[in-house]
Amino acid sequence: MAIKTPSRSIFRPQRRIDQGILHEHRKLIETIDRRNVLRGALSLGALALLGGCDVSENAQLQTVLRAVSDWNDRVQAAIFRPGHLAPTYPESQVVKPPRFNAFYDIEEVKPVDGETWKLELAGRIDEKRPLSIEEIYRLPEQEMIIKHICVEGWEYIGQWSGVNLRTFFERVGADITAKYVAFRCADGYTESLDMPSALHPQTMLATKYAREPITDPFGFPLRLRTATKLGFKNAKWVTAIEVTNDFPDTYYRKEGFNWFAGI
Amino acid sequence: MPPADAVSHHHAARGHHLHPLPLRVMHWINAVTMIVMIGSGWKIYNDEVIFGWLHFPEAVTIGKWAQHGLQWHFFGMWVLALNGIAYVTYGVATGRFRRLLLPIRRSELIAAIKDALRFRLGHDDPTRYNAVQKLLYVGVILAGILIVISGLAIWKPIQFSELLALFGNFQNARLVHFLCMTAIVLFMIVHVALALMVPHTLVAMFTGGPVVADGEAPASAQPEPTH
Repeated sequence: MAIKTPSRSIFRPQRRIDQGILHEHRKLIETIDRRNVLRGALSLGALALLGGCDVSENAQLQTVLRAVSDWNDRVQAAIFRPGHLAPTYPESQVVKPPRFNAFYDIEEVKPVDGETWKLELAGRIDEKRPLSIEEIYRLPEQEMIIKHICVEGWEYIGQWSGVNLRTFFERVGADITAKYVAFRCADGYTESLDMPSALHPQTMLATKYAREPITDPFGFPLRLRTATKLGFKNAKWVTAIEVTNDFPDTYYRKEGFNWFAGI
Repeated sequence: MPPADAVSHHHAARGHHLHPLPLRVMHWINAVTMIVMIGSGWKIYNDEVIFGWLHFPEAVTIGKWAQHGLQWHFFGMWVLALNGIAYVTYGVATGRFRRLLLPIRRSELIAAIKDALRFRLGHDDPTRYNAVQKLLYVGVILAGILIVISGLAIWKPIQFSELLALFGNFQNARLVHFLCMTAIVLFMIVHVALALMVPHTLVAMFTGGPVVADGEAPASAQPEPTH
């Protein structure tokens, strides 16, 4: 992705990336042409099947598989229906407590101190003053009882309350014509949404579960909750939000998962 | 011994191979893609099993970690779906399906099953499928269509909520997807085993097999063979 003069951001190093390294390695980059990658992928794929060993982590193969995953991002953006609502459920079906999942076990959760916690705002937002949880509690509240669907295949019905993200963006003067919304979390997790998904009526900054403040393992004091994405897109313990036109890479995309992860 | 008039090597100019080149290409693309989809699908399944007693051994899954299984599956889906659409379009447009797979008569099916159980099923004429073969081929094509539809419903349960509604809910769609996979795997076991037992059918899928006259009437239009 081309590096255009990005806005000053807490999400990015203050110094520009040294372009000299790119020039130095141009020769190498040019030798990794498409045909070679494709040939490599086909022969490695065949070897993987015959040998019973797994070569999925091979760099050339990853180039191909991740290129297809990026293509799938574009397809998902094209088929996304901005006004199409996810089904909602009666309160009697709400699962309490919700199901925990993270890139570590529940015992390793480091609770966030609500007293000192602030939500930082960055990028294409007019009002960048950090917000306390009390200020966020005073924003208009939306409630939704929706399914959480995990990429692994499990699901549960949860009852979430908080401020609708579009409403929040209107309050802080965010540029909703920007392409992406990035989230940074207290545990180092990074996540980002395409703007159409961020503006979906069922996307919110959730502060409550089953009408009570969200508990520590599930993202206290603030987490993202969106009905149109797989579970892992719903960042917990959010500490900063940035609105940007520069693609913000994410924890799970770097691991090789699909970025758009729409449902 | 079935009548041999269906097979003709003298009408090459007005005939076609039993398995024309496009059909063979699509068959082998499908074979490789199916293996990729099944192996990566097992990897994905293992992360949230439908049946507590069933975990697929890691040695037969594709992908080191969960993300690799997903990467392979969502790469393979394009090849499977596009090749599948081409195959079904070809089968319908050229009349191949009608000629080789239809009709399936109940009396023929019962007779063929009885023959099969007595290991007396004739297979000297590779250009004619018996009723059991017809049923299996039609069945696996339908399972292939259903596995794509249920796969789309699992991939996009909200964007394609109308599709999900066909299955009732998300977990049902997963179950249908799994059962289609099971049907396809069982078919593959029988299909590969029989192809190995009657090797000229396997060779035909590489070389094209015997030349069949173009104007040949479908088997159903000919008088019933009297054994």
